[in-house]
Amino acid sequence: MTALIIISCYLALLLLLGAFSSRLFKGTAADYFLASRGIGSFLLLMSLFGTTMTAFALIGSTGASFKDGIGVYGKMASSSGIIHSACFFLVGIRLWSFGKKHGYTTQIQFFRDRFESDKLGLLLFPILVGLVIPYLLIGVMGAGVTIEKVTGGAFPSIFPAQGVGPAGVAAGAIPFWLGSAVICIVVLVYVFFGGVRGTAWANAFQTIVFILLGVITFSVIASRLGGLQAATQMVQEHNPEKLRRTVHDDDILTRYHGETAVYEKKLARWEAAPIDKKGREPRQPAKPHGIGKLKFLSYMLIPLSVGMFPHLFQHWLTAKSARSFRLSVVAHPLLIMLVWVPCVLIGVWATSAMIGGKPVIPYGFTNQNAVLAKLVKELTTPLLGGLLTAGILAAIMSSLDSQFLCLGSIFANDIVGHYIGADKLSDRQRIFYGRVFVILIVIVTYLLALTRPGGVFTLGVWCFSGFASLFPLVFAAVYWKRATKAGAYASVLAVAGTWLWLFAKAGYGANRSFLFMDMMPVATMFAASAIAMVVVSLMTRPPTQKTLGKFFA
Amino acid sequence: MNKLIYGLLILLAIFHQDFWWWDDSDTLVLGFMPIGLFYHAMISVSAGLLWWLAVKYCWPKGLDDADEVQDPAQGGTA
Repeated sequence: MTALIIISCYLALLLLLGAFSSRLFKGTAADYFLASRGIGSFLLLMSLFGTTMTAFALIGSTGASFKDGIGVYGKMASSSGIIHSACFFLVGIRLWSFGKKHGYTTQIQFFRDRFESDKLGLLLFPILVGLVIPYLLIGVMGAGVTIEKVTGGAFPSIFPAQGVGPAGVAAGAIPFWLGSAVICIVVLVYVFFGGVRGTAWANAFQTIVFILLGVITFSVIASRLGGLQAATQMVQEHNPEKLRRTVHDDDILTRYHGETAVYEKKLARWEAAPIDKKGREPRQPAKPHGIGKLKFLSYMLIPLSVGMFPHLFQHWLTAKSARSFRLSVVAHPLLIMLVWVPCVLIGVWATSAMIGGKPVIPYGFTNQNAVLAKLVKELTTPLLGGLLTAGILAAIMSSLDSQFLCLGSIFANDIVGHYIGADKLSDRQRIFYGRVFVILIVIVTYLLALTRPGGVFTLGVWCFSGFASLFPLVFAAVYWKRATKAGAYASVLAVAGTWLWLFAKAGYGANRSFLFMDMMPVATMFAASAIAMVVVSLMTRPPTQKTLGKFFA
Repeated sequence: MNKLIYGLLILLAIFHQDFWWWDDSDTLVLGFMPIGLFYHAMISVSAGLLWWLAVKYCWPKGLDDADEVQDPAQGGTA
């Protein structure tokens, strides 16, 4: 009940913030979609950071380090610190200046102009929308599941049948359909009324909330485990492989040995059934293993996705001036460290944390995304549990809002505005279409989330890989005069082709540890995209002088 | 200066592949921070520092002039 009260207060605060930001709305399309290009340094930093950090930054990072150890930080966080800022500095500022100069609102408008091709927009449209939708679904489903889990037992008389399913939620929990609907409605309200300015203010607030709560949770957990040194010492004693990126034959592996029975059962099942019901060969259950060096290296390409996220493009265009980017470029790696280092340490400690000789996380506990919640429940108060839940929802919503708005903008500007003719639409009509599409996207996402598509969580890394592989397109568009329309088509088609081919090879996402030539699939997709762009551009006619003058004068 | 800073950023990306700490679980910094994690936290700090230098010394020319260009969406000319 405590958690429910805190979540309700938090959502009410967000609605108040939405009402406040809507009072700043000037009633123009430029204000609705781009905040009149008036967002300053601090708000831009918070918007960009809040949008790039999803719930994964809190619960996923803890769960991943619980499973794979400290290597997770280098694989995902420190690389992002270098690459995200590179994208802001090298790509974001340039795109901002083109947007300001030529009046762009969406990525597709820029690519259509730069590559002198109307149809390139039609090719990019389904790819960009298709890659954002699973990302949206992960957010909406994550919010519904989180609320369902933390409100167990709150309303036994209203929702008596809830939670008796396999998810292990206590009876009386707010059901998934209601929790995710409430989150969708709250986000919709402040996006609908406040536009991108509303999302910027909400993101700033939510980013501060989840950073603070992460740090507080870390301090409380460390203290309950006997201090920083005692907590790490338990890992050295019981699971030293979590403190490095290799597993030795003579490792103690307490947690692994505790789970041997589970592993042996899985192995026996695998040996007895060489083919599953769909006629596929099931994968052999994995023994503990370290992080491969090529995998670690190729993971560095994934943060390049930031250069092609349509929702980040929109946030870049809201900047008041080029100077507004400076704080984001410098502070982004430091904020990543502030959020991720505590979460990675908590995840590693969770493997070996013992109180009174008993493991805090029982052996056989395989739901890695529930590690943080479990640890908070076992080691802290319901008040902190409720606050942390608010922090997790903050991280989810600070990404969802930008994605909803950007898809609304794409439909309103790249489809309706483009084909009716932007000059034939009044400002009020453009805002109207933007809002209608935001509502439709929220409804479609919500309905899709209700079906709880099983593989959607595994799609996350594939979506990021798709965006990252499109990076050569935007980089060439901004810096390479010789990049041509045909090169752009070749690059996009190379990404689509390799993505589909590797996705099929990975059992359509079923094989979560799929590598190609010991590397992440993004490496092959990225190489195909870059080679296609360069080779085809050099073989075809260069862009016209008019276009070159527009972008390279 | 430009080349030096971009060179340092490339070097940082190379140093990110720290195979020398790959197998070390014994060394703890301040008695609690595994060296592999501490090293990468320092990579994050170095990234912040190098990007600060980049912003200071490699700022793209002419972009601040774009601040003065009127936005066509607000009634300017494209």
